[in-house]
Amino acid sequence: MSEHLESTADHGAERQGEHPGYATFIKIWVLLLILTGCLVGVSHLGQTAAVWGLLTLTPLKAGLVFYYFMHLKYEGPLFKIVILVTLGTLLIFFALLFSDVAFR
Amino acid sequence: MTGHAHRDDFASRLGMWLFLVTEMVLFGGLFLGYSYMRYRYPAEFHHGGGELNATLGIINTVVLLTSSLTVVLAIVAVQRAEKKRAMAFLGSTLVLGLAFLVIKGFEWSAKFHHGLYPNSAHLATLPPGEQVFFGLYFTMTGLHGLHVIAGLSVLGVMLWWVATDRIRQDRYVHLENGGLYWHLVDVIWIFLLPLFYLAA
Amino acid sequence: MSGTHASTAEPSYLEDTGPRKGLLGWLTTTDHKRIGLLYLYAMITFFFVGVGIGVVMRLVQLTTFQKLVTAQTYNALFTLHGVIMIFLFVIPGLPAIFGNFFLPILIGAKDVSFPRLNLASWYFFMVGAILAILSLFTGGGAPDTGWTFYAPFSLKTGTNVSLAVFAAFILGFSSMLTGINFITTIHRLRAPGMHWFRMPLMCWALYSTAWIQLLATPILAITLVLVILERFFGIGIFDPSKGGDPLLYQHLFWIYSHPAVYIMILPAMGAISEIIPTFTKRPIFGYKAIAFSSMSIAGVGSLVWAHHMFTSGMSGMALMIFSLLTMIVAVPSAIKVFNWVSTLYKGSIDFQPPLFFALTFIFLFCIGGLTGVMQGALAINVHIHDTYFIVGHFHYVMFGGTGMALFAALLYWFPKMWGRMYSKKAIYISWFPMFIGFNMLYFGMMILGMMGMPRRYYVHLPQYHTMHVVATVGSWLLVLGLLIFFGALLYAIFKGPKAEANPWGGVTLEWTIPSPPPLENFDVIPTVTQGPYHFEQEERK
Repeated sequence: MSEHLESTADHGAERQGEHPGYATFIKIWVLLLILTGCLVGVSHLGQTAAVWGLLTLTPLKAGLVFYYFMHLKYEGPLFKIVILVTLGTLLIFFALLFSDVAFR
Repeated sequence: MTGHAHRDDFASRLGMWLFLVTEMVLFGGLFLGYSYMRYRYPAEFHHGGGELNATLGIINTVVLLTSSLTVVLAIVAVQRAEKKRAMAFLGSTLVLGLAFLVIKGFEWSAKFHHGLYPNSAHLATLPPGEQVFFGLYFTMTGLHGLHVIAGLSVLGVMLWWVATDRIRQDRYVHLENGGLYWHLVDVIWIFLLPLFYLAA
Repeated sequence: MSGTHASTAEPSYLEDTGPRKGLLGWLTTTDHKRIGLLYLYAMITFFFVGVGIGVVMRLVQLTTFQKLVTAQTYNALFTLHGVIMIFLFVIPGLPAIFGNFFLPILIGAKDVSFPRLNLASWYFFMVGAILAILSLFTGGGAPDTGWTFYAPFSLKTGTNVSLAVFAAFILGFSSMLTGINFITTIHRLRAPGMHWFRMPLMCWALYSTAWIQLLATPILAITLVLVILERFFGIGIFDPSKGGDPLLYQHLFWIYSHPAVYIMILPAMGAISEIIPTFTKRPIFGYKAIAFSSMSIAGVGSLVWAHHMFTSGMSGMALMIFSLLTMIVAVPSAIKVFNWVSTLYKGSIDFQPPLFFALTFIFLFCIGGLTGVMQGALAINVHIHDTYFIVGHFHYVMFGGTGMALFAALLYWFPKMWGRMYSKKAIYISWFPMFIGFNMLYFGMMILGMMGMPRRYYVHLPQYHTMHVVATVGSWLLVLGLLIFFGALLYAIFKGPKAEANPWGGVTLEWTIPSPPPLENFDVIPTVTQGPYHFEQEERK
C-alpha cells in the first residue's frame, strides 16, 4: 500500500490505462437493467427463490455500480481496500447481531 | 498558505470515498435494524411488502439507474472536452432525479391516503410486525429521499460549474466526487427495492 | 530529524499574519495548530463544567436522605455530566487537540489535507456543544435519561431529549469529518522517506482512531436519528407497544459507544508511546508490536459491544461470544503496557513532569483495564452490573487513562505549543492531591459497587454511607489538584519563561522546529531517513 502511494504522481494521475468511453458504461447500464428484470422475475418464484435472488443479484448490481460507474476498476488498490474493510465490518456487525437474535 | 495551492485530486477522491464509507455505515445501521426485525416478523414483513406498489418501485429503480448512467457519461464528456454534451447529460440526471422524487411523492401520498403512516389510527390496528415494517419503510425511503435531494443539489452546482468552466477537461475531480455521491444513493436504492417492494 | 532547523525569523503561528486580526483571525483560521488550540480552550471549559457537575453529585451523596437537589435534578445532573464529559471532552479530546496540532508536524507536513473542512469540524463541534447546553434550559427541562438515552424511556420522557440527541448527532458529524481528514492526511502528506513504519506511534494511534470514527460513528448517528423520529413521528422501531424492540436500540447504541471507548483511549496510548522514549532516551521497545496493537485494538474493540448488555436478556450464544471477545481485547492493550515498561527498563530515565503523568497513566489504566476484564466474565458481571463498580471502573479508564494521558501530553507538548515553560514544582505539587483524591473517589466507588450500591441512585442506605463520605472527600482533593494543575499552566501561558525548541531532548520532528512553531511548520519539508526514536545515533553525535 505504502509503496504504491509513494510512487504516485502529484495530481493523483495513478489511474490505470485510458479513460473508458461511453460504450462501456452503456453496456453496464443494460446489464443492470437485465439484472433488475431477473430480480423481479425471481421474486415471483416463491419465498426461497426471492431471498436467494436478493442475496446474490442485489450485491452483484451494487458491485457493478461500484466497479464501473464509481470507477473502482480504474483506481489503485487503496480505495478497494477501504470498501472491502467497510463491507467486512458491516458483515461482522450482522454476524454478531445475529449471534443474539438467532439464538434467543 | 501554500497548503491550499497544492492540488491533490487523489486526496480529494480519497476524502470522498471515506465520506461514502460513513454513508454506507449509516444506512448499514438501518439495514441491521431491518434484518433484526425481519427475522422476528417474517410473515408480517411478507404481508407488508404486499401493500407496497412494486410497479412504482421498479420504475423508480430504472429511473435512478439511468440517472446514474448519465452522470458517469457526463464525466466522459468532460474528459473529452465536450461541454454541451456534458451539460445535457447532467441536465438529464437532474430531470431523472426529480422524476424519482415525484414518483416517490405519489407513492407516499397513496400510503397516507390509505391511513398507512406512522402513528396513524389505522396502522395501530395492524399486527405489531407490520407497524414496524411501515416504520422502517418510511424511515429508510425517507432518509434515502433526503439523500436524493442532497445529491440533486450537489449535481445542480456541478452543472453550474461545468457551464462556467470551473469544471473542465483538466480539472473535474469535483464532478467525479459529486457523481460518486449520486451513485451511492443509487446503490442504496438497489438494496431498498428487494427489501421492501419485492418482499411479498 | 535530519537537521531541518527553520530560521527563527519566521513568525510563529500565534502571531497574526493573515488578513484578519485578533479573535476574528482565530475564528477564521485554517491553520491546524490554531484549530487545535481552539479545541483545547473549548474542551477545557467543558471539562470544568463537567467537573463542577460531578462535584455537586458527590455533595448530594454526602448525606443519606436530606438532599441538596431534587431527584429530578439529580437525574439531569448525571445525564449532563455524562454527555459533557463523554461527547465534549474524552471522545474528541486527544485527537482533536493533539491530533490536529501535532499530526501534520509529526509526519512532516504543513497542514492537514483539508484545512477548511478541519475548521468546519470545529464549528460543528461548537454548534453541537451549544445545542447540548441549550437542551438544559429549553423544552421540557434537562434530559434525565442518562447519557445512554436508553429506549423506551428516552422515547417517553417529557424532558428535552430530542435536542440533546440532535446535539450528539452534530458532534458525531464533527468527529467523522476529523477522521476523514486524518486518514487522508496520513495517506497523502507524509514527508519524503516517512514510510509507514517510520511514523511516530502517535500517528498510528490517530490512524486507527480515525478508522473507528469512520466505521462506528454513523451507527450512533442513525440510532439517534431513529430516537428523534420516534419521538416526533412514532415510527415504532424501538417501541415495544408497536412491535419494536428496545434491545435493538441497545445493540445499535453500543455498536458505536463501545468502540468510542477506544476512540478515547487509543490516542492516549499514542501520546504515552511518544513520551516514554523521550524521557528514557531509548527507542521504544517493540515499535511494530505497538503499531499493530493499535490497529488490532481498533478492530477487535469494535466487536465487543454487547458486553454492556449481559443482563439485558440476550441469547446465551451471544453472551459467550461477546465475553470471549472482551477477554481477547485485553491482549493488545497488555502488549502496549509491557512494551512501555520494557522501554523504561535500563533506559537513562530523565524524570520530568510528563513522564510522571505518563507513569500515573500506566498505573491507573492497569487498574481500569483489569477491572474491565473482570466484568467481561459473565458471572461477575451479573453481580456488579449497573453498580458503582462500573462507575469506578470506567472513571479509572476514562479519567485515569485518557484524562491522565491528556494531562501528560499537555505537559509534554506545552513548551512547543506556547513556546513557554511551566513551573515543574507546581505540577509536582498538584499531582499529590490529584492522585490521592482520584483513588479515594473511584476506588471508593468500586468498593461501594462490590457492596451493592447501584449507580444513578439518588439516595443510599446507611451501610454505604462511610464510603460515600470517603469518595466525596476524595472528589474535593481531586478538584484541588486539578485547580493547581491548570492554574500553573494558565500562569505559564502568559508569564512562563521562554522555552527552547527542544527542552526534553526529543528526536521526533516536532522538536526540530522552533517553539512555538512557525505558521507553516517547516521551511523546507524534511526528508526522513530513519525511524522515529533513534536515540543511539543522537548520542554518538
